[in-house]
Amino acid sequence: MSTASIAFDDVVAWFNLAAERLREARGYLTDLDSAIGDADHGTNMDRGFQAVLTILPTVPAGDIAALYKGAGRKILSTVGGASGPLYYTFMDRIGKTAEGKAELSGADFATALEAGIAGIQERGKAEPGDKTMLDALIPARDALRAGIDRGAAPADALAAAVEAAEQGMLATIPLVARKGRASYLGERSAGHQDPGATSSHLLLQAMADTFFRP
Amino acid sequence: MDPELPSPVGLVVVSHSPAIADGTAELAGQMAGPDVRIVPAGGLEDGSLGTDAVRIADAVRAADAGSGVVIVADLGSAVLSAETALELLEDPSRVRLSRGPIVEGAIMAAVQASIGATLDETLAAAEDARNLEKG
Repeated sequence: MSTASIAFDDVVAWFNLAAERLREARGYLTDLDSAIGDADHGTNMDRGFQAVLTILPTVPAGDIAALYKGAGRKILSTVGGASGPLYYTFMDRIGKTAEGKAELSGADFATALEAGIAGIQERGKAEPGDKTMLDALIPARDALRAGIDRGAAPADALAAAVEAAEQGMLATIPLVARKGRASYLGERSAGHQDPGATSSHLLLQAMADTFFRP
Repeated sequence: MDPELPSPVGLVVVSHSPAIADGTAELAGQMAGPDVRIVPAGGLEDGSLGTDAVRIADAVRAADAGSGVVIVADLGSAVLSAETALELLEDPSRVRLSRGPIVEGAIMAAVQASIGATLDETLAAAEDARNLEKG
């Protein structure tokens, strides 16, 4: 049996797990980024999420909105690359949807993810198929919403979302990049998995491993 | 300067590299003279390469003498971070982000600011720098 909502402690657990996995994946993400980007995505994300760990104990217990917003601000000032403003906006918009809520239901979570992803789109002005983090996030968002609307258990809907993110991440391999440093490479960006889609999949996988668990 | 005149428009120089931001601000400052506030916001707090919207927002506050601020940036995340910095400011209505080249734009904007150009005239100078003829 799984639980039907996300509590403050679950979000703290998510940030901790995400930081741990980003540390493990640092070399892998940087290798992906060295093929088409500026070889800093792994170190940038690791630096950002390690910095987030330092603020977790300072957030008033129970304030999920403050947790996401505070983490976003920390990411903004420590990540350094384009993923800094993008993941900041993601966290900040999620935080805004969580205002005044002590727990997030499956439907609240779907709404939060939608707002976060809309923020990334607004900030980065990328479209699906541009070989960016959105290629993992948008299929995940849609799968989550479809599951919740169908009345699936949130844990199952989130598992389907992670699956969709993985497919989307793998589907970036043949794409030619149209955003960021990889777009300067033109056709030579094809044949490599997008590092941003990969870190987004990692974050969603960590959500599935910490949210709606028994 | 004449106390009757409005204070000049300020400039913020955003680059992934602290050396580029500092050097561009120094060069533009020499062209503009001492009255124009030109504040570099290059790299991350620890000195490594990157851009930081929080530092950019602080630089904008420091550069604003009352007539607003034009931001010039290099590319990629510098532009994203500058746009994000606007979200962090109390009053982003007096801030403009130039889409022109960073070095030439900073110099042209600084000179315009030094002769009392308005915020939008200073922005136009920064953006027109992309058309600069180099002989």
